[in-house]
Amino acid sequence: MCGIVGLFLKDRSLEPKLGEMLTSMLITMTDRGPDSAGIAIYGSDAEGSGKLTVQSDQADQDFATLAADLGAAIGSSVTLSRKDTHAILTVKADQIEAARAALARVRPGVRVMSAGESIEIYKEVGLPKDVAARFEVSAMSGRHGIGHTRMATESAITTMGAHPFSTGMDQCLVHNGSMSNHNTLRRELKREGMTFATENDTEVAAAWLSHKLAQGVELGDALRAGLDVLDGFYTFVVGTKDGFGVVRDPIACKPAVMAETDQYVAFGSEYRALVDLPGIENARVWEPEPATVYFWKH
Amino acid sequence: MQTIDLAQTTLRDLNATLQAQNGQTNATAWEITNPRGSHALAVGLDAPIEVTVKGSTGYYTAGMNKQATVTVKGSAGPGVAENMMSGTVIIEGDASQYAGATGNGGLLVIKGNASSRCGISMKGIDIVVYGSIGHMSAFMAQSGNLVVMGDAGDALGDSLYEARLFVRGSVKSLGADCIQKEMRPEHIAILQDLLTRAGSDAKPEEFKRYGSARQLYNFNIDNASAY
Amino acid sequence: MKDETQKAIPQTVPRQSATYSQEINSEIRRAAATGIYDIRGGGAKRKLPHFDDLLFLGASISRYPLEGYRERCDTKVVLGTRFAKKPITLDIPITIAGMSFGALSGAAKESLGRGATLSGTSTTTGDGGMTPEERGHSKTLVYQYLPSRYGMNPDDLRRADAIELVVGQGAKPGGGGMLLGQKISDRVAKMRNLPKGIDQRSACRHPDWTGPDDLEIKILEIREITGWEKPIYVKIGGARPYYDTTLAVKAGADVVVIDGMQGGTAATQDVFIEHVGQPTLAALPQAVKALQDMGMHRKVQLICSGGIRTGADVAKALALGADAVAIGTAALIALGDNDPRLEAEYQKLGTTAGAYDDWHEGKDPAGITTQDPELAARLDPVQAGRRLANYLKVMTLEAQTIARACGKNHVHNLEPEDLCALTLEAAAMAGVPLAGTSWIPGRGNF
Repeated sequence: MCGIVGLFLKDRSLEPKLGEMLTSMLITMTDRGPDSAGIAIYGSDAEGSGKLTVQSDQADQDFATLAADLGAAIGSSVTLSRKDTHAILTVKADQIEAARAALARVRPGVRVMSAGESIEIYKEVGLPKDVAARFEVSAMSGRHGIGHTRMATESAITTMGAHPFSTGMDQCLVHNGSMSNHNTLRRELKREGMTFATENDTEVAAAWLSHKLAQGVELGDALRAGLDVLDGFYTFVVGTKDGFGVVRDPIACKPAVMAETDQYVAFGSEYRALVDLPGIENARVWEPEPATVYFWKH
Repeated sequence: MQTIDLAQTTLRDLNATLQAQNGQTNATAWEITNPRGSHALAVGLDAPIEVTVKGSTGYYTAGMNKQATVTVKGSAGPGVAENMMSGTVIIEGDASQYAGATGNGGLLVIKGNASSRCGISMKGIDIVVYGSIGHMSAFMAQSGNLVVMGDAGDALGDSLYEARLFVRGSVKSLGADCIQKEMRPEHIAILQDLLTRAGSDAKPEEFKRYGSARQLYNFNIDNASAY
Repeated sequence: MKDETQKAIPQTVPRQSATYSQEINSEIRRAAATGIYDIRGGGAKRKLPHFDDLLFLGASISRYPLEGYRERCDTKVVLGTRFAKKPITLDIPITIAGMSFGALSGAAKESLGRGATLSGTSTTTGDGGMTPEERGHSKTLVYQYLPSRYGMNPDDLRRADAIELVVGQGAKPGGGGMLLGQKISDRVAKMRNLPKGIDQRSACRHPDWTGPDDLEIKILEIREITGWEKPIYVKIGGARPYYDTTLAVKAGADVVVIDGMQGGTAATQDVFIEHVGQPTLAALPQAVKALQDMGMHRKVQLICSGGIRTGADVAKALALGADAVAIGTAALIALGDNDPRLEAEYQKLGTTAGAYDDWHEGKDPAGITTQDPELAARLDPVQAGRRLANYLKVMTLEAQTIARACGKNHVHNLEPEDLCALTLEAAAMAGVPLAGTSWIPGRGNF
């Protein structure tokens, strides 16, 4: 049960302002989700490099020599850029998986929030304004981004339980609603070798989609197939390296508003989240249809 | 014309000021600026005042309205004019889901489109939509009239009681127990009156009427799949 | 010779199946004959772990009891202290649960109002709006805000003393309902804006919100319409009480009402009543734990309902952490429901006193759950109100007796440590030790 915001920029001149726009949208959705907040930013990726966003509750201790330790473990250079409890580890693109595996050995307490060439995820427990300030989200630039404010329903209020969830390279998913068959799906996915960090229903939806994508299914097809498999109430917003998509369950009770101009496509759980966007007065504003997949690509 | 700027005034003060007109008989005009998608604007009014909201609103605008005329110069969020008793609510843009839900009376005019569940459980309200409406509209609608100049989405009028539905465009699908019915002269007259009151020059003859087949009014096991 | 041998062989007595019991078999036959699931009123009839499985530890040497009738043991309850400008105060911690005009006759609703007012407590409307009889005879009236919104209007909302947003009911958490056409009389039809004589279908979800994030906005709207004066209750069925209590509080409730599966209903499927939800004994402690985990216990008040019958039940619910209880079925019995004096008439309806539960059919010989004017005229609201007041008085005295015996000057000072459990099940559900041990089986939320 939550608030969702999303922004997909068509006009590249807005890219330096992506973080600032998303922050304001996110804070507007505080009432819908006061427990925790998170944001996924897709930056303009540097050619040939990859990123791990990692988190630690003992960041001072864990991050101090992490770049050097991880570099030694994978035999290649690693750079680290810290933001509060999170850090971005930059490696060669073809070494992301190796770095992730090595990280589990050299810093078992450090949690991976996302991995990919473009994605960075920041999420923590607390009010959206505090979470955004801790990570200086408003200073971030990027091509598209998704934010989420959480009102926890059945699973714990923790950092890992915050959205977005990332279960595949450059993928993320946020959710408003409540799923009703996630325990069964989790058991099936575990048998298929997927691992889970939380008891959260949303993580199961994210993992189910990642599993489909890993089988070579296109995102749009995977989302459409999900309509038959994922039971319950949901509005999902998903991010990939190139774009972002939206889908609502067939009953479509949870709110969703979209706006499109020549400059951007925006998503909000409520219209309030969109009021400060440039040119919103003249934007095409609509509500996504139930059981219909929407997707935008750069 | 008195103006209340929501950038300067709290929601509580706004509603308390408008509600303080309750029981008044003098028509006065009020303008609300900077609504910025706020919820529960101009709710619980009970006076023949005119309220114009300059911008788009959030949930439950003009909820439980009596007597007042509330105009939104923008789009309205979920549940606009929910449980309206009387008066008029006009949305110049689009309305989100549950528009006019459970309304008992009055007239709701939506100049744009309305999304899902428009007129859900309506109990006497009249709703006129210039554009199209979404799925599950008029679900369990009890009485009143829903007029749609555009198209209707899936499952129109599911489990309908005695409300009348008039649609000019296409209907994606009819819900359980909802059927097309003959347009008789009295229906043309009702529709003409509603269109006129809603400021539309659409021709009643271009609409089709839908209503309850009344097959679910008393439980019959052969209809179980429809429940 | 052959015959004699046969006579000598002992025969087993005919054995009835526990699985295919007479009761189950009769239901199979009824279903096969009609094709309609069994709809009835009342609450769960199966035997469930209940407050009867708990005992109080009275005071002796280590604790000192209070003198009965002389040393003060207060019973006052204040509800709605969190946000409401006008919280309500009740003299006793027992309220009357929501029951609709429609399900009940006008006279029955009036009786409830009279009995509650005489006792200094509140009564509650139901799925059918507020009647003048009820408002007129109830000093403190809670107005239910239900998915159907029958008769809902802002004037009654403002006439109410508190507003109860009903999300779920213990008899049928997650379900709507169906009131058969026999009870949709002219007046009920008019109040509900339905054609006369048709089945009334009740929705399972509210028409204009879903989930706690929307609920928060719905509560805001109701508060704005009523000037932030009235306490807002949120009523939930005891299915997932820990989460639902947490979310009701997050959404802004002043009071949470937790209704366990023994809670009654006017009409729903028997399969719902008997197979969905948790016993009150199990639901209450989870709701209390949710409030405690949020630091909101006693700040958001908790009302517990579902099978409350005696002062001992009241005291036990309060000891487990409720601020008050609500009674529905017991109140109807006090008015005269299922009275053995009407046995001959119950027999005519194919049932017997104590088992009559076809409340939805409107043929109630006691004149309570009916819209038939002749039957309804059998109930004298003044006398019935007096009986209810007497019964409430007895329950209150009983709860005070127990509280004094445990050394408490207010019934709210009863605590789980004043209890022990007779059975493992009750110990685990209530979170109190098995009698004679320090063992509390099972801990944690779900």
